[in-house]
Amino acid sequence: MEEGVKVVGFWPSPYSQKVIWALKQKGVAYDYIEEDLSNKSQLLMKSNPVYKKIPVLLHGGKPIAESSVILEYIEETWPQNPLLPKEAYERASARFWIQFGAEKGPTFGSLFTSTAGEEQDKAAKDALEVLKILEEQGLGNNKFFGGDSINLVDLALGWLAHWFQCIEELVEIKLIEPTTLPRLHAWVENFNQVPVIHENLPDKKRLLAHMKSIREMSISAK
Amino acid sequence: MADEVILLDFWASMFGMRVRVALAEKGVHYEYKEQDLRNKSPLLLQMNPIHKKIPVLIHNGKPICESLIIVQYIDEVWHDKSPLLASDPYQKAQARFWADYVDKKLYDTGSKLWTAKGKGEEQEAAKKDFIEVLKVLEGELGDEAYFGGQSFGFVDISLVTFSCWFPAYETFGNLSIEKECPKLMAWVKRCKEKESVSKSLADEKVVLEFLGTMRKTLGID
Repeated sequence: MEEGVKVVGFWPSPYSQKVIWALKQKGVAYDYIEEDLSNKSQLLMKSNPVYKKIPVLLHGGKPIAESSVILEYIEETWPQNPLLPKEAYERASARFWIQFGAEKGPTFGSLFTSTAGEEQDKAAKDALEVLKILEEQGLGNNKFFGGDSINLVDLALGWLAHWFQCIEELVEIKLIEPTTLPRLHAWVENFNQVPVIHENLPDKKRLLAHMKSIREMSISAK
Repeated sequence: MADEVILLDFWASMFGMRVRVALAEKGVHYEYKEQDLRNKSPLLLQMNPIHKKIPVLIHNGKPICESLIIVQYIDEVWHDKSPLLASDPYQKAQARFWADYVDKKLYDTGSKLWTAKGKGEEQEAAKKDFIEVLKVLEGELGDEAYFGGQSFGFVDISLVTFSCWFPAYETFGNLSIEKECPKLMAWVKRCKEKESVSKSLADEKVVLEFLGTMRKTLGID
């Protein structure tokens, strides 16, 4: 155990999964604590009093919250198998794409909770626009956002490789297709085959059922 | 070969000001290029095609976008002077967390405040949310001189630039930040004693006038 590393997470959350991927990629041992979000633990409330959200990383008892902050902390604390470029400009570029992905969350959220009709058509169009930017300007002709191997950008966008497929299935719209987004489609396949990722994904059926119920709750709450 | 550093910015932007403060802290010479946000220049569109926003730092022809990313870049490139982030990873993480909190919470709650119509429910709700955010930040500051502890740093830079909008928030939001968060205002005053800050902030009166005009344009007043 590396001076007591704990991850407080929630199994269907891509945010807690990114933290797990980063730790596994670096070979850092940790204890995982599954959080019941309907009944938040004292540990969570104490470790993340500002947002009361997962994931939280605890290292030697000291908490770090916000997945993008946690990922940079992991990168700096365990420099083996680097997940960020060394050069300042390339690091800035990587951070840009991590932030871009985070900011566009609501765009995909709108698609996820949309129902058939004008609302959904617009949501799909907006989401496709974001995906096109990611493919053309983020990924380019690289295999991964990190180049030949995955880096923090791939981890931050990793939800597109598994969770987004559930969204596509639930709204019955396929956006990442080899005809429309060939490079991003290839990235999804390649990313899912990276051993650390492949071995650390929530069960698809279970995830789909979970996301279906979230979607239904959101729609009925509208 | 000397570095060529250009900053694409807008005079009133608290995000652009963050970059100005960081560059001043490091003693970096740069060319400031004021942008007309209603009529965006080809240079801005070329350098930030995705967001089309300021600030953009152009270093030897290469653009860096997003204010906090730019500040980190400046800290890494000009690392021999005035470190803005601690070297300890945990302290760095805390700084990133709080700068991110400012980004997530302050601009939007502030916007709701200066665009709120008259006195009423909307203004009261906006006021409550805004004060809550400031109180959380004041709580984090505690009794330290700066958010970084003894030295001015990343979180201070991320937040202090909003201070030139405070009189506007107070006027249109009908509140006194001094009354609600005296420790925070003391910290603002302390930061403004630094030349890098005082020279980078926009004039409060001009900001107030600018937002007053914006309110009329938006049909709020």
